[in-house]
Amino acid sequence: MSAHEENTTPLEYQTEDAQMNILGFWIFLAAEMALFGTLFATYAVLFGRTADAPAPMELFEPGTTLVMTLILLTSSFTCGIAVHEMRRGARKSMMTWLTITLALGLSFLGFEIYEFYHYASEGASLQSSAYWSAFFILAGTHGVHVTFGIGWMILLLMQLAQRGITSITSRKIFIIGLYWHFLDVIWIFIFTGVYLIGMVV
Amino acid sequence: MGLDEFFVTGEPLIYAGMVAITLVSGAIIFLLTYFKKWKWLWREWLTTVDHKRIGIMYILSALAMLFRAGSDALMMRTQLAFPDMNFLNAQHYNEIFTTHGTIMIFFMAMPFLIGLMNIVVPQQIGARDFAFPYLNALSFWSFFFGAMLFNVSFVIGGAPDAGWTSYTPLAGDIMSQGPGQNFYLLALQLSGIGTLATGINLMVTILKMRAPGMTLFKMPIFTWSTFITMFIIVFAFPILTIALALMTIDRIFGSHFFTLAGEGLPMMWANLFWMWGHPEVYIVILPAFGIFSEVIATFARKRLFGYTVMVWSIILIAGLSFLVWVHHFFTMGAGAFVNSIFSVTTMAIAIPTGVKIFNWLATLYKSRIRTTTAMMWALAFIPSFTIGGITGVMLGMAAADYQFHNSYFLIAHFHYVLIAGTVFGCFAGLVYWYPKMFGHKLNERIGKWAFWLFVIGFHICFLPQYFLGLDGMPRRVFHIVPEWFNLNVISTIGAFGMGLGFAVFVYNIYYSYRYSEREQTGDPWDGRTLEWATPTPVPEYNFAVVPHVKEHDAYWDMKQKGETIYDESKVEPIHMPNSTGQPFIMSAIMFFASFALVFEWIWLAVAGLVTILVTMGIRSFDYDEGRHIDVEEIKQTERSARGL
Ligand code: HEM
Ligand SMILES: [Cu+2]
Repeated sequence: MSAHEENTTPLEYQTEDAQMNILGFWIFLAAEMALFGTLFATYAVLFGRTADAPAPMELFEPGTTLVMTLILLTSSFTCGIAVHEMRRGARKSMMTWLTITLALGLSFLGFEIYEFYHYASEGASLQSSAYWSAFFILAGTHGVHVTFGIGWMILLLMQLAQRGITSITSRKIFIIGLYWHFLDVIWIFIFTGVYLIGMVV
Repeated sequence: MGLDEFFVTGEPLIYAGMVAITLVSGAIIFLLTYFKKWKWLWREWLTTVDHKRIGIMYILSALAMLFRAGSDALMMRTQLAFPDMNFLNAQHYNEIFTTHGTIMIFFMAMPFLIGLMNIVVPQQIGARDFAFPYLNALSFWSFFFGAMLFNVSFVIGGAPDAGWTSYTPLAGDIMSQGPGQNFYLLALQLSGIGTLATGINLMVTILKMRAPGMTLFKMPIFTWSTFITMFIIVFAFPILTIALALMTIDRIFGSHFFTLAGEGLPMMWANLFWMWGHPEVYIVILPAFGIFSEVIATFARKRLFGYTVMVWSIILIAGLSFLVWVHHFFTMGAGAFVNSIFSVTTMAIAIPTGVKIFNWLATLYKSRIRTTTAMMWALAFIPSFTIGGITGVMLGMAAADYQFHNSYFLIAHFHYVLIAGTVFGCFAGLVYWYPKMFGHKLNERIGKWAFWLFVIGFHICFLPQYFLGLDGMPRRVFHIVPEWFNLNVISTIGAFGMGLGFAVFVYNIYYSYRYSEREQTGDPWDGRTLEWATPTPVPEYNFAVVPHVKEHDAYWDMKQKGETIYDESKVEPIHMPNSTGQPFIMSAIMFFASFALVFEWIWLAVAGLVTILVTMGIRSFDYDEGRHIDVEEIKQTERSARGL
């Protein structure tokens, strides 16, 4: 590789290994799309099948979900800044931005747990009807992904503290960035397809 | 829970199974200890990340599973041979046809093909390894432990009995109590993870690791079929993952996706299952198509006719495979309009498939055919598979399907495609690539015995079933009426013929290991593609010097021009990954966690899950960068392998 190219290719793409990892992760995300697509489809099919449980319209709270959406969108933004800082080689600032992302992710989860708990206390739980099963599994799968992402990010922060920005750590950070943005995209679908539609229909 | 609830009791056949398992495991443990082979086993096999060895382990497991599910088949056929047979009772029969179908598809056909891909694909594209060797080992072990989890069910807890399609509400927790169905769900989930990982792994391998000069349309056709198959896997397996997960949650945590209570929709299972299930059929047939194409081109000594068209028809078949799933339940009330649409898409698949058949025939036309065993499997495939395909089109006509559905006509159809396609393909591939794997050919004479026994047995077994189906014999019955007696007896005789053929096939492996001449060149069939350019035994790095590809059929081209791929002066140190026990250990933990969940021991399952997450975390800190093989060592290896 010529010196010129080395300067323009981002750090995370510089080794062949890293390129393969990133491509592999894109394909993994395609599989995740199929996975969430299936969950959305089951949700759509089971929509309205609430049996004796309350209807979504009675329970969904526009305020909470809007706040959750804003939190997650912001966290995607801060995660983007972190990757940007990584490319500048600014480790400290990058770790700060990642930590902010992490905090936002955690508060999102906090809201989600509160929300689930609240619904359950109003008589809408996983076991109450087909609709609510679909709702909890769809939103819950997203939540589990967020949880997993948080754990992963903590591990990466530790590795960054140990090793700094190398071709390997930068590749890992870039990949978790993709993952985090992906979860944001999925959430947008949940926000519109589940909450907004659920509030009006 | 008492021990008598834990172990299955009261069935003489199952007691025999328990004894057999104990004896075989005991014998294996004894032999390993006696010959002091434990360390060897661990170092060379259980911890390997070498794609060739992983491939061999896949194929060995698949053969074992073929034996297991084949025994199921013979038991079923014995029960059905005569009216009023009392060999199996209804419950046992249900369990056996469920495990037979499930094992054949998930633990025999797929792993067999993935094993061949493991061995062949990197060598065909001039690569040294998979893109992610560690992940590849993890895929294998999760498949292996998934298969084991499924197989223990018949002695521990009880086998699933709701059919390999596990339709709800039959498979729900009210109608299928006990752990049997949980075994089905978790075993498939565990091995499905591995399959998805293989899909990603091979896609990246094929996209990123081809030798310089090998453009996509210079890729060998088996690699092409693998590539497209991996596409199907990546988009179809997540559907199965979700379907299995939802049913697991229904059964264990009381949700209402597929239940009759709580406004759940049992039909949604049928839809989800077949949205994965029909593409799955192509996951197991397209690689077989690839194998036949290679074998036919090699032994007809001709470039594959219509290569580009072949590739495009694979792509078309893959695309269409996602659009036909409703043909599996035309009779379940979707309505005339929906049925018509799916009827048309179904029949459309016959077009690219027909194109492929004509291209194989055109390759054979005016060629100098060498009738080796591998070639014979390929030649037998063409007419047999065509029968299966044509009857498939008959089934695809929605109105006619009301007559054929759930009858033996259907059974005959899918065995004609699965056995004449996938199983013949696996055998052809195994015989063809055997010298690459083990350094000696399989004996041709014994191989032909196995071939004739199996193929003739196959037609005797399944051809009558078409007529039984037309006569009104339904599938999944465990008693026949006297009118169906003649054809059933014939069918059973054929089944035992196939069993004999398989036994001879396995004997051939032993015989050839003892007596076959060892390979010197690495190119025993005068091959056309790059896997024949490596010496035997294939060094762990495959290619000492990365080949440069100019033509389609790269190795053939080189041989014509008198070029060799090995040039000692070009050898450079080669980077290889280190062996690791982590994939094995992680999959073993997943096995225990899944086992706990099967019995709904929730806290144990949670503990297992946590352990898995912890090991993943530990793995994240693992910066093992592999090692380099130095030039001297490579030169020595090559010299001894090439007999220089
Ligand atoms: C010796 C060879 C074989 C024999 C004699 C045999 C026999 C049978 C029989 C009798 C059934 C019907 C059970 C029933 O519904 O009553 C069946 C079902 C089935 N077989 Fe085979 N089979 C053989 C090989 C294979 C192979 C190689 C595959 C797959 C690659 C396979 C896949 C299936 C599947 C998927 C079912 C459907 C199970 C169900 O719907 O419950 N079989 N087989
Ligand atoms: Cu189908």
